[in-house]
Amino acid sequence: MFCTPVSFRLHFRCILLALAFWFVCAPMTWAADATLLNVSYDPTRELYKDINSAFATAWKTKTGENLAVRMSHGGSGKQARSVIDGLEADVVTLALAYDIDAIVDKSGFIAPDWQSRLPADSAPYTSTIVFLVRKGNPKAIHDWADLARPGIQVITPNPKTSGGARWNFLAAWAWAEDQFNGDDAKVRSYMRALFANVPVLDTGARGATTTFVKRGLGDVLLSWENEAFLAIEQLGPDSFEIVLPSLSILAQPPVSIVDANVDRHGTRKRAEAYLNFLYSPTGQRLAAKHYYRPISPEYADPTDLKRFPHLRRINMTERFGDWRSVQKTYFSDGGVFDQIFLSR
Amino acid sequence: MLIQAHRATSIAEGPTLRRILLGITLIFLTLFLLFPLAAVFSEALSQGLSVYWQAINEPDATSAIRLTLLVTGLSVSLNLVFGLCASWAVAKFSFPGKSLLITLIDLPFSVSPVISGLIYVLLFGAHGLFGAWLKANDVEIIFAVPGIVLATVFVTLPFVARELIPIMEAQGRGDEEAARTLGASGWQIFFRVTLPNVKWGLLYGVLLCNARAMGEFGAVSVVSGHIRGMTNTMPLHVEILYNEYNFVAAFAVASLLALLALVTLALKALLESHNTNTPNAPRL
Repeated sequence: MFCTPVSFRLHFRCILLALAFWFVCAPMTWAADATLLNVSYDPTRELYKDINSAFATAWKTKTGENLAVRMSHGGSGKQARSVIDGLEADVVTLALAYDIDAIVDKSGFIAPDWQSRLPADSAPYTSTIVFLVRKGNPKAIHDWADLARPGIQVITPNPKTSGGARWNFLAAWAWAEDQFNGDDAKVRSYMRALFANVPVLDTGARGATTTFVKRGLGDVLLSWENEAFLAIEQLGPDSFEIVLPSLSILAQPPVSIVDANVDRHGTRKRAEAYLNFLYSPTGQRLAAKHYYRPISPEYADPTDLKRFPHLRRINMTERFGDWRSVQKTYFSDGGVFDQIFLSR
Repeated sequence: MLIQAHRATSIAEGPTLRRILLGITLIFLTLFLLFPLAAVFSEALSQGLSVYWQAINEPDATSAIRLTLLVTGLSVSLNLVFGLCASWAVAKFSFPGKSLLITLIDLPFSVSPVISGLIYVLLFGAHGLFGAWLKANDVEIIFAVPGIVLATVFVTLPFVARELIPIMEAQGRGDEEAARTLGASGWQIFFRVTLPNVKWGLLYGVLLCNARAMGEFGAVSVVSGHIRGMTNTMPLHVEILYNEYNFVAAFAVASLLALLALVTLALKALLESHNTNTPNAPRL
């Protein structure tokens, strides 16, 4: 391709113009309506998609204001870290109380009494930990004991970053304590055998689910009950089935407004209304629809409720104490999880 | 004699060797480049064009596309100005610490993108160095567009400067000195002599910078906050869609990103063909 100096210059100008056009054409058009930012953990994506549009409609009828709720999802611990670092969350809806405590302790953005501000320890829905296995349960996994068998691959996310993974860990620990009559050495050796079977630690529950269902890695996924149901719904009932262990844990994913942020944004009223909406009949019905166990089952659709199997769920604080000390003992650097994982 | 004999055999072996080398290259390219690329497009279009269009025309997706274009535009412009200044300073002037400056320009290449993002969290985060002041003055940097731009600028900083420095150094100061003796002012020298001399190299650097800026994941992921419809760039949006079991939409947005990269590549090829046919042009 030969170019005369004139056409050469012309080409150059054309390219420059095209580039300029390309850059100028990226307009800034953020929606100007009132917004709320809900910073949440991994598996709540589908739940809050429904909640947000229902709340927007209810808020519009009540106040006439167009409200858009924006979402950010990720591993619960990582999300808490982002709020501490300044992510402008109006409300946080996380996987466990410690992650909100961490925001209180490390940033002071949330009032220390947050957990008593809303009913049921500020947890509008509960869940539990179940096993998701491949169809027909080819490795015959029925209870926690089976997870420590040689040759079984267990998928769970990293308890350092994921809330679900911390519930997984504590449920396994509670079962082992009962099984071995509280013999600490035996509990630890069981946990070591379990984590020796874990080939990969994802940062969040959704990452772990994708690893198990889409990448086909592992024989059993330790999963939130809601996440397990959703995986079956989304990816086919002919590929997976749920196994209920003899004992699991009552998981309470709590919610709170972020006081410092709502006061600066002037969104306290909206944020409070939003969280109260989670306890309303509509909120409870939607929670049950998305496989979260509602705290007011009377508002839920009975057919949705029928899907929840009966399962013995131990209460975490009664068994292990409050989250701050549990976090310190089990999941801090050099804590029990580190000891087990490094010596597995 | 020995050398000549060697040369003769190697010439005799030429065609076979050439075919083998070509074969290996093609197999490699097909396996590691064409195949995955084709997989992205076939998965994206697996449920037809209308589903593909819906995935791209959905509000969160268009906002991600807009944000990516905005961030790319801003960071490329900033790096264009910076790259020109830096390379001009390095190539046309002598000063102490010059080699240190060149090393510093290369720094983003050797730092992991995650670190590049964390740097800004440490600086501008709520508990970072400037965090309290920013919060008091209601300035949002991280978990907002400015932070994403900063992280992208950091990661793409070397591209333009790195492209220009060798070209400018090869050309020396002769042209500029001639212009100076003919009475040209500083700006005249820059716009009429220096800039035209390096324009193809400059465009090439801009294109490389552009490609990287659009695709950056690690650094942006740290400072983004992942707010849907606000601080999600295209690569982050692909991850979100994939994590929501929305595989077709994820691949649709990924294919769009790949298309943008292909356009960049095509522009680069066009530039190269221009460049080789232009007398006195710098080698790219």
